This record gives sequence, structure tokens and C-alpha cells, in this order.
Amino acid sequence: MAGEVNATMLIARIRKERRGAGASSFVLDVRIEVSPGITILFGPSGAGKSTLLDCVAGLARPDEGRIVAGGDVLFDSARGINLPAPKRRTAYVFQTLALFPHLSGEENVSYGLMHLGEEERQERVEAILKAFRVEKLRKQRPGEISGGEKQRIALARSLVTEPRVLLLDEPLTGLDAELKAAIVDDLRAWNAAKGIPILYVTHSREEVDALGERVIALDNGRVASAGAPMDVLDAPRRKKLAQAAGFENLLGATVLDLREADGVMRVRLGESACEIEVPLGYATSGNRVQVAVRAGDILLATKWPHGLSARNVMEGRIVSLEQRGTMAIARVDCGVAFVVHVTPGAVRALELSAGHRVWLVLKTHSCHLVE
Amino acid sequence: MEALWLSMKLAACVAAILLVIGMPVAYWLAYTNWRGKFLLESLVALPLVLPPTVLGFYALVAMGPRGPLGKLWIALFGHGLAFTFGGLILASVLYSFPFAVQPLVASFEGVDRRLLDASAVLGAGGLRTFCRVILPLSLPGVVTAAVLSFAHTLGEFGVVLMVGGNLAGVTRTVSIDIYDRVQSLEYGEANRMALLLLAISFAVLSLVYAVNRRVWTPWPAK
Repeated sequence: MAGEVNATMLIARIRKERRGAGASSFVLDVRIEVSPGITILFGPSGAGKSTLLDCVAGLARPDEGRIVAGGDVLFDSARGINLPAPKRRTAYVFQTLALFPHLSGEENVSYGLMHLGEEERQERVEAILKAFRVEKLRKQRPGEISGGEKQRIALARSLVTEPRVLLLDEPLTGLDAELKAAIVDDLRAWNAAKGIPILYVTHSREEVDALGERVIALDNGRVASAGAPMDVLDAPRRKKLAQAAGFENLLGATVLDLREADGVMRVRLGESACEIEVPLGYATSGNRVQVAVRAGDILLATKWPHGLSARNVMEGRIVSLEQRGTMAIARVDCGVAFVVHVTPGAVRALELSAGHRVWLVLKTHSCHLVE
Repeated sequence: MEALWLSMKLAACVAAILLVIGMPVAYWLAYTNWRGKFLLESLVALPLVLPPTVLGFYALVAMGPRGPLGKLWIALFGHGLAFTFGGLILASVLYSFPFAVQPLVASFEGVDRRLLDASAVLGAGGLRTFCRVILPLSLPGVVTAAVLSFAHTLGEFGVVLMVGGNLAGVTRTVSIDIYDRVQSLEYGEANRMALLLLAISFAVLSLVYAVNRRVWTPWPAK
């Protein structure tokens, strides 16, 4: 292997088939490299995220592959190596956290340190309780503390063992953004000194934006794309991924003509008369493409808008308007159906209602081509 | 009273032995993926449906001086197994086996698998996971298993009669004693014993249900 490969990296090549009746069979076939720091593993449910983590931790056995972490081979089907889970030193925080309900916070945290002497164990437990700000919870059982506190204890329990790699399976779901950010900050602070690879599974687009340094997008058992969050998620190449990433509008379109000098092309949406301009893609006129647009990226006007830089203006009619929390969801028929998100304030100011005639405004670069 | 004491002694021994044997069997049944597992499950449950006399009969044959167990016993200890307290324990262990194993299996299976995964990932091997996670979380099941096998042994009749006969102080348990007294028309004595057995059985079952409803638990509610 090349000399510049960091010894603390997690490198995994995994192939695992899950046989089931008909559609339930599934193949996970991935090759991933995770450097120190947080890497997001992103994808819709059923993409194989948890299976991948289970394989790395030794809780599931790949049919074929090789897993190396911290310079040590954990699994190698070719050489018949399969380190059992207790010997892998991989930390794993489950979605359910799996704190031992009959043990106190302190007992939970020291669970993985039984091989150490009393003194060193105490020292390590103290340090990690402090790092994750849960010193006060040492005597409490998991049933007696809040969700965020449980998550902190779970992180402390996994990390106190000085693992080679940390696997997090949607550990912070159900927490509000502020609490989530505070926990992640503590995690980053801890890892600044240790520098281990952290693989963080989520299907939440918001978490990717908040955490992501690097993203691996998994879809249907394959790596769909990998790289910086912007590159991976804002140019969705797969339909399911686009939907998971919050592209509410996914429209079939036919390419009309290419304007390579401008870096754009014109497409006709569906069977409608609607023609819009989208960024240039690998296509020629007559090709079928998919265009993904976020509902929040569409402007809505009650009068014919002019003097705009946006290139796409479509006339249509509001089919339905639905208030959901702090957001109103409008369905607009322009020959093709669009979902548009507007604020309740905008609904009031524009006096929007079903049947209303409106114009939709779309920036060229808010239209994403999907492979 | 001698008969009651004997029954208690027998039941306590059987319950203790069953916990020791039952745990590995229950652990295996709860966690194996073996396809033929149903065969062992059926075997374990057999005493539930078998007439005690059938079980007792085969136990007697096996323990007799020409039976395999009897021969082995004689070779080891110089005396037979049938009609002894030891023989009674052995037959009762077989007879009460499902009463110990089934609650254990149910409670082991009830432990969240992810807790076992968490324990493994934290470096604990199978035995440590069992002692530190499975067993403490299965405590109600363990109590149930112990209490049920105790109570079931306390009240058995057919197996004891077949294997143990009716030797005062050796194999005359309380249920045999009651039968004896009824036969000799000592209804008052029989009633006294029967009532006592009824009270003990009720108390013991109340304990089982209380533990499982968490009216009483060894640790505070979650």
C-alpha cells in the first residue's frame, strides 16, 4: 500500500449478500476509505448503512472483503482472518444507544475497561465523563436521565476504550439542533486529540449540512458518490438519493437543445409545453433526463415577474395549499405538477389560496440533473 | 411432618440442580440459529404432556439394577439408584425440566439483542456478557424458573411413586403421604397436609406472578 496512506484510516471492502424471498434479497457491495475526523454515511433507509457498520464492528460477517482499521487487519476473507467483535476495538453507538438499563452511568462507562486495574479504570472514566460533561450522572441509571444525557453517556462508554474507529448509527436522532450541535462539538473536541476515523450514519439532510466534512452516499448497497457534502448532495446522480436529500420535485424531461457557450441547455418538462433552462449535462438533444428541484428553491409570484436574473418563469395555478408547521406546501399545476414551499407570512401577504393563478420562478442552477 | 420436610428438601435440591443445568440449555435454545432447534425444544417440553407414570416407568427401568443408569450407579457407589433419594432427585429433575428451562428461554430471548452487541463491541466475551448483562436482566425469569420447578417438584406424585416407592424418611414425599392417609381413612391428617400444600403452592405462584408483573423487582422501575 502507498506510503502516504494514514495508519489510522479505516479501509473497508465489503460484499455481503442477504438472501430473502424475491425483492427482499439485497447485496451490499462497497469500498470505502475513512480518514480521521467525521465522515457521514448518507442514504435512504434500506441502503445498507447499518449492515456496513455491523460488518466493520464484527457483528455481521461479510461474504467477501477486507477491513483494515488503525493499521490492523480486522477481516480478510482471502486470508481467512475474522477478528471477533470483542477483539476489534471498534466503538459502536447504536441508534437505540443500547445502554445497560441495570447499570449506573459510571458502570456503563467502565463496562469496556474490565481488563484494566482499578486505578487506571477510575482515571479513564473520570476523564471521559468530564469530556462529555456527564460527571453528575455517574450514579443514575439510563432510565432516570434525558435523551441527550443518554447519548452523551453512550458516546463516553464507547470512546473510553480508546477504539481504533468510531461507528455512529444515527445516534442523535430526536434531539433538537442546539443540543445536537453541543454534543457534536464535544465529540470533535475529544477527537482533536485522538484523531480516529468516525463514521456517522444519517439519513437526515440537515445533519449532513451541520456535520459533514466528507460524505459517502450509499444507495441500494452501492456507493453512489463520495466527497464534500456540496458535491455529493447538490448534484444528485441517483433518483432515490435525490428524494432522500430533499428534492421534492423530480421531473422527467426531454433535452431540446444545448447552448454549450452559456453552459446551459433547454429541456421540455414531461409532456407539457413547459420549457426550462438547466445546467449543461452529458446529453444530446432528444435525450430523456431527470430534473430535481427543491421545493424551497422555487419562487412564487402572483403577478408576471420581470427584471429578474432567473431564466425560468412558468405560469400555473395553485391546486392545493396545505399548512404544515411553520411551512406552507403549495401544489402548483404548470402543465407539470410542482411542489413549492412558502412561509405562512407569504401566504398571508399574497393572499394565496387554491385556484389562484401564479408564476413560478426557477434559477437555472437550482435545477439539478439526475443521472 | 417428616414427609413435608422430605418434599421440601427434594424440591430445593431439584430447583438448584435445574438452575445449573437449565441455564446453559436455555442459553443455547435462546440464541442458536440451528434449524433442528425445534427437536430439542420438543424434547424439553415432553414432560409437560407425558403422563408422570410413563416418565416414572422409564426412569425406573433405566435406574434398575439392569438398566444402564443403575449399572453405572452400582459401579460408582456400590448401591442401586431406584428407591433412593438420589434416584428421586434424578427423576424429578427430568420431570420438572421444562418448568425451569422454558421461563429461562423466554427471559433470555427477551433481552434486547443490541445490548449483547454492545457488550461484545466493548470487548466482553460470551461468559462475561451472560453474567453481566443477560443474567441480571433475566432475573425475573430466573426467579420464575426456580420457583416453578420447586413448586412442581413439591406436588409430584406419579413419578415419585414409580421411582421412589413409599419408604418413610427416604422417598415418602408429602403427596404420597396424603394418598396413604386417605387410603387408611385418616381424613383429618390428610386434610391438614393437603391444606398446607395448597397454601404453599398458592404463596409460591403469587411470588412468580408478582415478579413478572414487576410488583416486586430487584431493581427500581425504568
